[in-house]
Amino acid sequence: MSGFRVHLLYFAWLRERIGCGEEEIEVPAEIRTLGALSAWLAARGPGYASAFAAGKSVRAAINQSFAGPEAAIGPGDEVAFFPPVTGG
Amino acid sequence: MFAIRVQEAPFDVGAEFAALTAGRADIGGIGCFVGTVRGDVGGRALAAMTLEHYPAMTERALAAIAAEAEGRWELLGGTIIHRVGCLLPAAPIVLVLAAARHREAALAATGFLIDWLKTKAPFWKKESFADGGEVWVEARAADEAAAARW
Repeated sequence: MSGFRVHLLYFAWLRERIGCGEEEIEVPAEIRTLGALSAWLAARGPGYASAFAAGKSVRAAINQSFAGPEAAIGPGDEVAFFPPVTGG
Repeated sequence: MFAIRVQEAPFDVGAEFAALTAGRADIGGIGCFVGTVRGDVGGRALAAMTLEHYPAMTERALAAIAAEAEGRWELLGGTIIHRVGCLLPAAPIVLVLAAARHREAALAATGFLIDWLKTKAPFWKKESFADGGEVWVEARAADEAAAARW
């Protein structure tokens, strides 16, 4: 079973811990939700483990809309991970 | 209609006020909120605040918040400007203007817009202190509570 490609973006301290702001990666086909994707990313290396260790304090968006861990992801999606927002 | 901008440059509150009200005699009140950079955090001197955002999403998120305000109050126009990049103490960060026939709608919509903006638009602040330390600002439960009361 072949995987699919997604475009990933990281902001604020997630970007700093992972060491890059964006990347295009191939995700295994069995990864179907945002929650599964973040768990899979956390196992990619120490920077990712550190970024996603905070667990529920990481928020996400799929194709520029906020999304929760149950949200479905698919080929070509732009998925962003970031801390809770602090603008204003 | 709301004018929405994300920019590094400072904004001129008077010029934005003039742009919002030009040629309009139907407006009876305008709510205005300007957020600025505090020069200390619990007494620790701040050197600068850096604002990062998610460019592809930010204006869409701000437009959604403005549309929500227009659905809740009868507004005659408004302005949201949010700055990004490196800002020094006392610098303006964000401007919200909301125009209506009467003050109740103008003031309520202004409060709503800044409360929702703080919890639903993709901006992140990093504080750089005079002592060399750097800290990403953490979301406050009080801000969530303020957004939830609307």
